[in-house]
Amino acid sequence: MTLNLFLLQLFTGVALGSVFVLLAIGLSLIFGLLTVVNFAHGAFYMVGAYVGVFLLGLTGNFWVALILVPFVVGAMGLVVERFLVRPLYGRGIDYPLLLTFGLGLVLVELVRIVFGLEGVPFDVPDALQGAVNIGIGWFPLYRLFLIAVTIALVVGLWLFLEKTSFGLIIRAGARDPEIMRVLGVDISRVWLMVFGIGTGLAGVAGVLSAPMTSVIPDMGTSVLVEAFVVTVVGGMGSLLGAVVAGLMVGIIISMTALFYPELADLAMFILMAAVLLVRPQGLFGRKGLMG
Amino acid sequence: MTSSDKRKGPSPTRRDVLTIGAAGGVLLAAPWIARPALAQEGPIKIGFPVPLTGPYGSEAQEQARCAQIAVDEFNAAGGLGGRMAELLVRDDKLKSGEAATRTLELIEKDGADFICGSLSASVQLAVNTVCAERGKIYNSISQSDAINEAGNFTKYTFHEALNPHMTAGAVGHHVFPDSGKRVAFLIADYAYGHEMARGFKVAGADYGIEVVAEVTHPLASKDFSTFLPQIQAANPDVLCLCNFGFDQLNSLKQATSFGMKNQMKMIAPALLYNQRRAGGADIYSGVVGGTNYYWKLEDEIASAKAFNDSYRAQNDGAPPSDYGAYGYAGVGVLLDAVKSAGSTDTDAVIGALETLKYDKYKGQQYYRSCDHQSVQSVFIIESKDEADMENEYDVFRVLATASADEGALRSCAELGHG
Repeated sequence: MTLNLFLLQLFTGVALGSVFVLLAIGLSLIFGLLTVVNFAHGAFYMVGAYVGVFLLGLTGNFWVALILVPFVVGAMGLVVERFLVRPLYGRGIDYPLLLTFGLGLVLVELVRIVFGLEGVPFDVPDALQGAVNIGIGWFPLYRLFLIAVTIALVVGLWLFLEKTSFGLIIRAGARDPEIMRVLGVDISRVWLMVFGIGTGLAGVAGVLSAPMTSVIPDMGTSVLVEAFVVTVVGGMGSLLGAVVAGLMVGIIISMTALFYPELADLAMFILMAAVLLVRPQGLFGRKGLMG
Repeated sequence: MTSSDKRKGPSPTRRDVLTIGAAGGVLLAAPWIARPALAQEGPIKIGFPVPLTGPYGSEAQEQARCAQIAVDEFNAAGGLGGRMAELLVRDDKLKSGEAATRTLELIEKDGADFICGSLSASVQLAVNTVCAERGKIYNSISQSDAINEAGNFTKYTFHEALNPHMTAGAVGHHVFPDSGKRVAFLIADYAYGHEMARGFKVAGADYGIEVVAEVTHPLASKDFSTFLPQIQAANPDVLCLCNFGFDQLNSLKQATSFGMKNQMKMIAPALLYNQRRAGGADIYSGVVGGTNYYWKLEDEIASAKAFNDSYRAQNDGAPPSDYGAYGYAGVGVLLDAVKSAGSTDTDAVIGALETLKYDKYKGQQYYRSCDHQSVQSVFIIESKDEADMENEYDVFRVLATASADEGALRSCAELGHG
């Protein structure tokens, strides 16, 4: 065991964590503001990958696909919020949960019908192919790019929420939607946008993951579990929590793979259990949001 | 059918009762005539539990398609004296509990005469146990061969697929003599992975290979990046990918992105056609592996051509895959045995299978008598680069053939057969 291997393994964990971060912030955003537990998040991630495949086939350009996917998937999210989720507001947390759970199954089945069960090829774009020496060993250029995109998106989202007036409305709406209504803000429009942004983020995560894993209809299923673990560890509804927990989970999975691979699958659940025992609301969560 | 027939119409007259009574009397008096006649009623049912959903879904779907072709051919040829066959496909979800339940249902509820299927070691063991208990023939089309070992084997057990010892052995004997001696393993942490690794090590012992890294990963991992740095650090000449399905594709995809192909040669015991098609030429470029079947064999083998043509006719001209062919052969050989036995009686069919020399799709095969493993050839293939492909299906080149030979199997004594 050399120091370089240890560091490389750590860095691998960060890259792995950045996908978790992307997934979890979308999930956390939707939950924090709408108190909707979105079980279709994994399906939107999968749809993102398939829309990416489709756009890549249409345009032949990865970058165009990468930029368009969040808008396409986000637009789907808008439709879902407006016509499916909205009628369920005020009916308790389990209604939208069941709805999105079913929606996830429907989306997977639709994709299976259209694209089939076989995987679809999705290559790393030429400009990002190969590995680079990062001083401690060779690392895929694409995964470096993934880390960079994640940082850009998280910073962008943070600026949007903290520094723009629309962000201010979103944050205020999360605290007290009634007062916002009284103040004359169309709060349902805000929720619509938030749902769209959340699903759009899932779509981005999907298309970004496509060159690394196989694009198959089931790809969202395992990812959904990971996204929920990260969100719960970080605290439901907390963006900072999603980022910190995402990286933590990535690094822990990576380190277990090195030292005790038999536990690699379980490690994140052990972390979750430990965090929940000490802080039931998650690392950065507010108390009582689920109530 | 018969019970509903009885109920319709007015209540029976005295004459009807007499007729029925007389007929019943004849039936009771002559069971040796009546019983076989009753047993021949209805179609020959073959239960086919495979993991339609999950990481091996694409292989399993293909197996079901090909198995159906075998059934259609049997029926088109008149069945067993007019008695048709029927395929009952069930999703075992790659879980042994699910598979055991489905198999039990197939036998008890659906009245399956034979069981063929499964795609994983533990699932196969479960199905094997259920079939042994119920006294039904089970023909496995999964590579793992724990069911052929004396502890699990019963007379009902048949293994149509290759096994890890044969596949990894053939690939190892082809690759190790000319490669460097430092060998690393990436192993899916279940029976198949470990059996494949064992096959490579046994073959490698003849050439003095040195195992420099042995990394296991959980079955159906999505991200392999965390397992790869250790392998890189060990600096091997050859990396054996002992995993299957999407795991094979994903690990190869990610290893390629880590630039590992420049450092080492990648080999896979079972180099999969479906995954190669899903992954594309770049990712698989230069990878060598083994297979039970590649459609291009049709240039030399007549049965391969016939199988391909049947498949193409139903699938827009696309050729069948390696694992699909297992489905075709596994069900096809059962039906051949039924024909040669002239009945679906379990013991008669077992007897027929044991003596059958068959050529369903890849040349001569037969079941070894001690463990019912199908003795057959292994083909060594290499993935083609985009520029060398004649069409989208032309993905491999056949480098060598390890011909059907009992010497390539673990001996009966090694498996514990007395």
